[in-house]
Amino acid sequence: MMKEELETTNRPDNTAFTQQRLPAWQPMLSAGIVIPGFVLIGLAFIGIGVALFITSQNITVLEKDYTGVETTSDCYKCSNPSDKNCTCKLEFSLSNLFEGPVFFYYGLSNYFQSQRSYGASKDEYQLSGDLDYFKTPISACSPYQYDANQNPIVPCGSLANSMFNDTFKLYQIVNGTKKLVPFDGKGIAWWTDYNIKYRNPSVTPLKNAFNGTVKPSFWSKPAYELDTSDPSNNGFVNQDFLVWMRRAALPDFRKLYRRITEGDYARGLPAGNYSLEIAYNYPVLSFGGRKKVVFSNVSWMGGKNQFLGIAYLVVGSLCVVMSMVMLIVYAKFKFPEDD
Amino acid sequence: MLRRRLNRLFGRDERKVDSRTIYVGHRPCPATEALIPPKFCDNRIVSSKYTVWNFLPKNLFEQFRRIANFYFLIIFLVQVIVDTPTSPVTSGLPLFFVITVTAIKQGYEDWLRHKADNEVNKYLVTVLEDGRRACKESEKIKVGDVVEVVEDETFPCDLILLQSSREDETCFVTTASLDGESNHKTHYTVPDTERNLESLSATIECEQPQPDLYKFVGRMHIYRNNQEPAVRSLGPENLLLKGATLKNTQKIYGVAVYSGMETKMALNYQGKSQKRSAVEKSINAFLLVYLCILVSKALVCTTLKYVWQNRPGQDEPWYNQKTQKEKDTNLYLKMFTDFLSFMVLFNFIIPVSMYVTVEMQKFLGSFFISWDKDFFDPEIQEGALVNTSDLNEELGQVEYVFTDKTGTLTQNNMEFIECCIDGFQYKYADSGTELDGFCVTDGPGNILQQKAGREKEELFLRALCLCHTVQVKEATGQGDGVADCVEDQVDGVMGLDGETVGPADLGGFIASSPDEVALVKGAMKYGFKFLGMESKNMRVMNRNNDVETYELLHVLNFDPVRRRMSVIVRTKSGDTMLFCKGADSSIFPRVRQEEVDKIRMHVERNATEGYRTLCVAYKLLSREEYDQADTGLREAKLALQDREEKLMAVYNQVETGMSLIGATAVEDRLQEEAAETMEALQGAGMKVWVLTGDKMETAKSTCYACRLFQRSTELLELTVRTLVDLGRKREERLHELLLDYHKRAVQDAPPIKAGVTRSWSSANQDYGFIIDGATLSLVLNSSPDSNSSCYKSLFLQICQNCTTVLCCRMAPLQKAQIVKMVKNCKGSPITLSIGDGANDVSMILEAHVGIGIKGREGRQAVRNSDYAIPKLKHLKKLLLGHGHLYYVRIAHLVQYFFYKNLCFILPQFLYQFFCGYSQQPLYDAAYLTMYNICFTSMPILANSLLEQHICMEVLMDNAALYRDVAKNAMLGWGPFLYWTLLGVYQGLLFFFGVRFLFSNPALQDNGQVFGNWSYGTIVFTVLVFTVTLKLAMDTRHWTWINHFVIWGSLAFYMFFSFFWGGIIWPFLRQQRLYFVFANMLSSVSAWLIIILLILLSLLPEILLLVLRKPRGPHSRQKKPVVQSGEGETQSPRSSARPLLMKTFSDESNTIL
Repeated sequence: MMKEELETTNRPDNTAFTQQRLPAWQPMLSAGIVIPGFVLIGLAFIGIGVALFITSQNITVLEKDYTGVETTSDCYKCSNPSDKNCTCKLEFSLSNLFEGPVFFYYGLSNYFQSQRSYGASKDEYQLSGDLDYFKTPISACSPYQYDANQNPIVPCGSLANSMFNDTFKLYQIVNGTKKLVPFDGKGIAWWTDYNIKYRNPSVTPLKNAFNGTVKPSFWSKPAYELDTSDPSNNGFVNQDFLVWMRRAALPDFRKLYRRITEGDYARGLPAGNYSLEIAYNYPVLSFGGRKKVVFSNVSWMGGKNQFLGIAYLVVGSLCVVMSMVMLIVYAKFKFPEDD
Repeated sequence: MLRRRLNRLFGRDERKVDSRTIYVGHRPCPATEALIPPKFCDNRIVSSKYTVWNFLPKNLFEQFRRIANFYFLIIFLVQVIVDTPTSPVTSGLPLFFVITVTAIKQGYEDWLRHKADNEVNKYLVTVLEDGRRACKESEKIKVGDVVEVVEDETFPCDLILLQSSREDETCFVTTASLDGESNHKTHYTVPDTERNLESLSATIECEQPQPDLYKFVGRMHIYRNNQEPAVRSLGPENLLLKGATLKNTQKIYGVAVYSGMETKMALNYQGKSQKRSAVEKSINAFLLVYLCILVSKALVCTTLKYVWQNRPGQDEPWYNQKTQKEKDTNLYLKMFTDFLSFMVLFNFIIPVSMYVTVEMQKFLGSFFISWDKDFFDPEIQEGALVNTSDLNEELGQVEYVFTDKTGTLTQNNMEFIECCIDGFQYKYADSGTELDGFCVTDGPGNILQQKAGREKEELFLRALCLCHTVQVKEATGQGDGVADCVEDQVDGVMGLDGETVGPADLGGFIASSPDEVALVKGAMKYGFKFLGMESKNMRVMNRNNDVETYELLHVLNFDPVRRRMSVIVRTKSGDTMLFCKGADSSIFPRVRQEEVDKIRMHVERNATEGYRTLCVAYKLLSREEYDQADTGLREAKLALQDREEKLMAVYNQVETGMSLIGATAVEDRLQEEAAETMEALQGAGMKVWVLTGDKMETAKSTCYACRLFQRSTELLELTVRTLVDLGRKREERLHELLLDYHKRAVQDAPPIKAGVTRSWSSANQDYGFIIDGATLSLVLNSSPDSNSSCYKSLFLQICQNCTTVLCCRMAPLQKAQIVKMVKNCKGSPITLSIGDGANDVSMILEAHVGIGIKGREGRQAVRNSDYAIPKLKHLKKLLLGHGHLYYVRIAHLVQYFFYKNLCFILPQFLYQFFCGYSQQPLYDAAYLTMYNICFTSMPILANSLLEQHICMEVLMDNAALYRDVAKNAMLGWGPFLYWTLLGVYQGLLFFFGVRFLFSNPALQDNGQVFGNWSYGTIVFTVLVFTVTLKLAMDTRHWTWINHFVIWGSLAFYMFFSFFWGGIIWPFLRQQRLYFVFANMLSSVSAWLIIILLILLSLLPEILLLVLRKPRGPHSRQKKPVVQSGEGETQSPRSSARPLLMKTFSDESNTIL
């Protein structure tokens, strides 16, 4: 309290910044800029919307449910979960050429891949080929961490365990004979997943790396036998596995199964009758789920999606309409004030 | 005696005893059988809050008492304990950071307080102990110690003056650091004490400590060898206050009566409690709303989760089996932990970072005040000082301004302007010092150019020279024997003849009131010099350079009720004369009426010109009259009971039947631009109250000069004078007056419409209210019956309907009381106090915002203020410019923060419906953490520092703009609802827009599908762009910093996303975002949906902006371009706006 002096501040700097006088641009969203702007944006959006809409219209999609809920369905017989190794057929015919390349998806509904505990139930160190984690998987994998005999499960966790295991074979019926449509199982997973993120342990043969581990309980064969024909598609870098491991965002989802790009079908599926043979393994009825297959071709915008085109058209026309309204409002009320 | 001792035995009751007994020098006194050492507190001053030991717990406790900190602590603990979707680090780290920084800051501040305390407490003082002089630390002084103080030292505690080195048994002190009065005050030793202090045996009985600086009652019993103890009365003139400084006196001895926290200074010191701004209260209110939103979201999710799980097959589908532990957990416990998990998941809706950003904005923003060169005063070489940054925005919300008068509105620099002798006006012109130099300007009416008789003139000037309590300042810097030196000098001057200026050189006078100095100096100009006192004689040098000597018999001191003072002197020739000067209202009734009329005119004219006027009268006392008065005065002075009343009675009796000689006019110069500033404040809708310790007349004239009172203002006066006019009980009269005024000002006032409430320019009758300290205490703490509260509310209502309220004769604490009363009244208006002296400290501390004026002397106010400015005129820019901008900035900052977190978390909430209510975060942990810290924090911070929605000059020119933001307009529930709805709209749009896109997740031209992280990343990208662009749209003032930060943070977001997703991070277990962002950008559909959603969410805002009516000519833009085109009359604004500024509006003006 007896301190008499505070240090004296010198004359403040006379700079634009300290005096809050920095040169500044002061935009005004006035009618003069907004109305033409809105018209332009609106027209651009309408243009994009039209393009999107037409593109989307041109995409052909064939969607078939094969859960087997209806008794008329061939797969009805397989819908009993106790029934193992059941196969059923799904027949359809195309009246026109289904333009290629055709993408073959499987779809599941009411299936919550997005659940937190489900999504967290995997060991990414294990999946990147770290052998340490083959012995001791992360605890998040529980209850698929160890089996009843305390053997580590590889790949561990619910996500891997529940991998989709229905398999499909598509035949074209040509003159009563079944002609196999060749499927391309490559390029269905993200390039980075396949090449970088997921790695097999660098052990040859791959089988040895899995010594002392057990396969996930739901799997019929261990990871190193997922694709015995192609070592680059085996183990953790099996593309079906990778596709499954990329969790879907919504409970109704589809995942890419195969591409039809080869042989006679490179240009698409010609008109005719087809039969899809399904190895029906994956139970969905217990939780009220549905399974479906989807044939679709894609465009620059991806798969068929009417929403985007319509949304663009709506917003675009909204902009144009609003600019009209604004023009009227301004013409009526603002002119006298402006001068 | 016995009772007192009993009381002391029950130590605790001491407070209730109305007096304390002090043994001078701790010596037992014959009258008391045994010395019972009374227990008084020690002389330690404690202003610090913490000690080393209690700092950590106490500080932590105080910090976690803040609702927000506590909330974050809870969230952190939940994250530690429960299995939650995000890691504890995400909330623990920011919380730890905030707590630590605050603790360090507060610790440092307390360390400074400790240092200041120590400086006072460890100060070495000399104490007389058993005849020896001993050095003691100030804190060890005990009540009863005899303390020695030398010149220019401050008194270490409240002392009764026993002995002074001056011969006339007086000493001078200045109380600049106590009540702000820098003049020298005379204090007297207790009469007839022995010169030998060692043998002095005395007790002092005095009242218990009380904060009133000007009141002290006590008596001293002096015991001499077996004689009957002599009793001396003690008054405030004997008491030296702690904090005052000894001046012009070599040394004094005094006995400590009050020590430490019981000194009057400490009692007047109010702890500097933390001030909270109204914005902070709004934040807390919004916080509660968001907390409710948060809890209800968590509740909804928890409920739905269990409802949903009850459906067959959903609780535990085969693909997502529960662990054994989960199965074993109790259902209700599970529900509870689920609830907590949801809380944690959504807790980002109330971000820690908002507090950090708000603090940073306040801290950095306050620099603009101290940097402002307009606040720089070349005289004192200083600019504005910011002591707290917490209240920047409060400067834009002020409704009541409480200003001190002396030194704040006025310069406290009196100047003699003119006088009027016997009805003739004399205006001093600089040309000469002779009376002939008087130039008669406008005499009243027909007697123009006439002068009063020479005799009258001389009588008048003698009266001016004699009727005062002024001391001649002794030559300083000459060390010892000051008094003698002066005598010599005076003699020397007398020896010379003519023009040499005497010791009473300009500024050579010491007086308790600057008016008196001005008057004495005024007399000097006309040839009469006051040369000083010589023992009991006043010496005056007249126009012929002869020294006249007058024996000073009595001084009838000034007091605010009588409002006059007199001296009784005896001339050489033996005549006894009484000279009296005082306010016209108190003199006129006591003089002959025919004299009054001649002078009244002058007085009234001078008063309306804002001068302080005094009337001078005299009276020849006959021997009988004098003897009667003399005995009366002596008796009254010794009375212990009702001394003041008795003195008053004698005074009134003596001061009658005088004859009026003339009147004086003294000007108290106003501060630069005081009137303009006050006008601007009133124009901005603020009500100005003047709180002063000064006399009513003076204060009133200042108010007129500052244009606070206009000619048309009707004054409602509630002062001691109006109360005692009638011979009735004060309370009755008070009641009556209050009701009358209330009727006039409140009930009869035309009902004011909301829009015009703050306009004073309307034709309504303006009311000014005047109240003085004594009456105020009657109003505030009158008898504890039911009336008092009624008075108070009546008083408040009257005040609120008055343009200006003037409170005079206020004690420091009363000032604070007034402020507190207004502060706590209905609607809790924001108050601002401005003052320069230590007597303003209490009100500065009490008001929401305290402003200190950096006067030339006394730093007390500055130190206790929140902001300090060099001059009153700076207040205008501080409030209208800075305050307005700060308020708008912080209000926008707060609203924006809540908004951006609402639309951040809403999609995450909606996502719960699509992930089985499993607390799956929509965004990656990095995004969750970085959103508030990196991606969206800098633009809003820059905006809230640099934004000028209206430029400073326009704000200053149009005071009315201040009303636009009054009453916390931008943080009301209306704007809050608007921002919240905007947030909800955008949140819904983000989520469902992407949701419909993902109805087919094959978004790339290679047919591959996107997963949940892609979903979240698209939403997040839209979110970051939208909230940033929304801010860009709100920005009216784009400096390069805004450009840099806005576009920079968007670029940073892109860069970060690439980088974060581009590398396998070795320390991360889950590479969830690996190449998600890059893949997203490779999809045309993702691009298109992002653009679409951004535009759609901003569309309503754009529309509102365009369709909103421009608000008046000065809404947000500068004046038309034409002006700058002319080039000649460059407005100050145009220099501030260089070429870069090219606005659309200009173009549109020409286009349309």
